Amino acid sequence: MTGCCRPETLEDALSILSRQGAQVLAGGTDWMVKHGQQGPHGGPVLYIAELAELRQIAVHGGEIHIGAACTLTELLESPLVPDCLKQPLAQMASPAIRNIATIGGNLCNASPAADALPMLSAMDAMLSLRSHKAEERLPAEDFLLAPGKPRLAQGQLLVEIHVPLSPKWDCVYRKVGLRRANSLSKVSFCALSDKKAGYVQDVRIAFGAVAPRVVRSREAEKRILSSGHPLTDDQIQAIAAEYGKLLKPIDDARSSRAYRREVSLRLLKWYLREGMNA
Amino acid sequence: MDETISFVLNGKPASLRTDPLRRLLDILREDFALTGTKEGCGQGECGACAVLLDGQLVNSCLVPAIAVSGKQVLTIEGFRATPRYALLRACFEQAGAVQCGFCTPGMLMAAEALLRRNPAPTQDEIRTALSGNLCRCTGYAAILKAVETAAKEGMER
Repeated sequence: MTGCCRPETLEDALSILSRQGAQVLAGGTDWMVKHGQQGPHGGPVLYIAELAELRQIAVHGGEIHIGAACTLTELLESPLVPDCLKQPLAQMASPAIRNIATIGGNLCNASPAADALPMLSAMDAMLSLRSHKAEERLPAEDFLLAPGKPRLAQGQLLVEIHVPLSPKWDCVYRKVGLRRANSLSKVSFCALSDKKAGYVQDVRIAFGAVAPRVVRSREAEKRILSSGHPLTDDQIQAIAAEYGKLLKPIDDARSSRAYRREVSLRLLKWYLREGMNA
Repeated sequence: MDETISFVLNGKPASLRTDPLRRLLDILREDFALTGTKEGCGQGECGACAVLLDGQLVNSCLVPAIAVSGKQVLTIEGFRATPRYALLRACFEQAGAVQCGFCTPGMLMAAEALLRRNPAPTQDEIRTALSGNLCRCTGYAAILKAVETAAKEGMER
């Protein structure tokens, strides 16, 4: 295969991927910036954006299954997609980009600043990866190996994202960027709580863009739950210190290490003091 | 390797042999001489190259030819033939929403994408709909006002 290949079915796409390496092209909103004006395009390209198998949104059991080539707009307009997942999607890029950018592309670009990944990690979403011969389910949280490196073996394609539909989380999402549209996150913060009779039964916290991978700590979440209600200032400080050890922000064009750390911990402390109990 | 790409351009069938990864923006400007679609940043940040693809707003600098195959493309030249263009144009003129004019085709396409789906948008919805379009003469207030007026007048007709 040279140039650009447009398979008719997912099976064909996986078969092509198994025989030879190819660059996978879906919505193209990042790919075209990198490659759109230059040619040749550095090897064969496999165009998957219109594969019907990758464009479905459906409920199976207690999960919603989202095709990897669904656009962000399609997710935002779907009544099946949980509101807490819609929050980061609604703040990504701009309407014109959300109309073609895919959820799978956001994950497979493997940017530590990818805005869908922290929320998916907090929700315990699973990713369905397929190759010609095998299917694998992987926690979304484990998908990013390092900046730019998704956990995809040769011949593997991200086909679906599986998101548990329960519990019905109370959700807080904050994206810190230069402006509302078209900015990449300096920091993003996701917090989910499940409340019964006003008491928090379960809590999930995830940070994006402040480490090579999404920051989530089950130990710290347990500690929040076992610390009583409401949390004392000392408990909040101790929990913040625990997260502080896990944050590994960097200095780059978008922000500084110090700012990212400070904002992350302030958002966390605000959440533990007020947001969680609101 | 070139391929034949067929689509509907401003209501008429169009077809060309080209690199399937070539930008729609370049095809429109170079092959069809539709230069109303502007190249600003070339990175999807500015919206100057916005067109409608199957009725949805897209930045044509980010769309490869292969993604256009079998679809409908509407550029500012095709949009000019519609009553809503006439209304938006009048409102842009009245509000003084055009200075250098480079962002205007993209702004109009973004406004059209909004009003097609939502004929009575709130101010916040207008801001969101135009959020991917930059104006460096900084006439945002006038542009928002123009779209708001067009929505109001459109509803009264």
